[in-house]
Amino acid sequence: MSSNSGYNRLFDPMQETGRPLDFAQHGLGNKTVGNSFSDKAKMSVRNLNVYYDDKQAIHDVSLDINRNEVMAMIGPSGCGKSTFLRCLNRMNDTIDNCKVEGEVTLDEHNIYDRKQDVVPLRARVGIVFQKPNPFPKSIYENVAYGPRVHGLVSRRAQLDEIVEDSLRRASLWDEVKDRLFSSGTGLSGGQQQRLCIARTIAVNPEVILMDEPCSALDPIATARIEELMADLSQNFTIAIVTHSMQQAARVSNRTAYFHMGRLIEVNDTRRVFTNPEHALTEAYITGRFG
Amino acid sequence: MERHISQRFDSDLEALKSQVLEMGGVVEQQIIDSVKAIESVDRTLAEHVLSVEDDVDRREVLLDENCTMILACRQPAASDLRMVLSVTKMTRDLERMGDEAQKIAQMAIALSDDGAAPGGYESIRHMGALVQKMVNSVLDAFARFDADKALDVARADTQVDREYQSAMREIVTYMMEDPRSIGRVMNIIWALRSIERIGDHARNIAEHIIYLVKGLDVRHTSVHEIEMRLNKS
Repeated sequence: MSSNSGYNRLFDPMQETGRPLDFAQHGLGNKTVGNSFSDKAKMSVRNLNVYYDDKQAIHDVSLDINRNEVMAMIGPSGCGKSTFLRCLNRMNDTIDNCKVEGEVTLDEHNIYDRKQDVVPLRARVGIVFQKPNPFPKSIYENVAYGPRVHGLVSRRAQLDEIVEDSLRRASLWDEVKDRLFSSGTGLSGGQQQRLCIARTIAVNPEVILMDEPCSALDPIATARIEELMADLSQNFTIAIVTHSMQQAARVSNRTAYFHMGRLIEVNDTRRVFTNPEHALTEAYITGRFG
Repeated sequence: MERHISQRFDSDLEALKSQVLEMGGVVEQQIIDSVKAIESVDRTLAEHVLSVEDDVDRREVLLDENCTMILACRQPAASDLRMVLSVTKMTRDLERMGDEAQKIAQMAIALSDDGAAPGGYESIRHMGALVQKMVNSVLDAFARFDADKALDVARADTQVDREYQSAMREIVTYMMEDPRSIGRVMNIIWALRSIERIGDHARNIAEHIIYLVKGLDVRHTSVHEIEMRLNKS
């Protein structure tokens, strides 16, 4: 073995270089990396600040969500991604000590306008939660409830059509068509979650928010929901919060990385998972800090 | 780079890096020995080069297995993903470099059987030295994750290609002057061709390193374009 052979490089003190993770250099106060703004925005968030009492949970976040895209929001626990998601259909209104500042628009109308009624807003911007929460009613009634209360139907046949169409779009129809009047709570976890998705799309929303929709599901049910998201994005705009980075990589067009209440990076998903621009994003998706 | 939360993942990646450098060291020595064997018509050394091949193949298989395990078990992303992908490609290039060194060794054995060629040894010595330096530098660039050093290797390949063309012109004159020597001169040509191919593989590895470090895919790109893209990144 010659003295300059590869073996000796193993002990080279310079070998541990590479891209440094310099938190000071990439300070959290810096401008977001990537392009937050778009001319195809369905929803636009500008300078959003959210407080729980005195504690600030979201710091000056601006982000556009494009029409018919799947936008994934990732980040460590407590980074503000779920709080951000809930601002998109004013779910935070139900929390007494929560204060929201800034502007959130849906088709250029500020949803925090005083005149905005949250009930039709939440029909336009539906939400699917982490834990499947079907109503303790039949499968049919779970889906029919929304269109009925929002006055979207006048005839039973029309309602039947919406129920079938929604269940089909949620990839559940074939599994439940023979037991539509059985209880929704008797379905498996994955089926319940698809029932909740069917319930959401029954009122014909424009945007679907998903807050860790697969975290309580097994891999098969997860794969079904992910497949469904790809189909749904043809007609809906989807924003999903997920702890599974592989899921974000699989289902989304763009990914936003949140850290300590700040939007650190938003970029094409391919870019984020192969070559993120911000060192904090890199550290998170490669599992370099907890 | 910060450590992973999973220390075992760190160990897996560090082991991968060490294994590439070890394999690189073996191949580098194979190249040094094969060029020396043909220059000095040393049959024993040439046979030694041939005997190392099994070791190189075994290392390639082991590295592939380890990369597969990391992909399957860790689902790496970003720089970790680029590391694993680059290693699978670099391993292939290293193995092929070993194959070329074997070919050079076979030419050395043929020349020791048939008698020395009338010329071309100076070109072998010169190009051999250039390529050995490239291989050495590219392994250093990998060890240090140094994209600039990798770019230097890509630049050096252009010089090797020029030297190869010039050597070919010179060797053709030997064949024209003495057609009886064509058989022996052909051995020199094949050896030069293998040296030139080793340079190409070193350049490939340099490109994988640039991808690994900077996330830029610079395959099928001129050195000038690589420079521009690196400056922009």
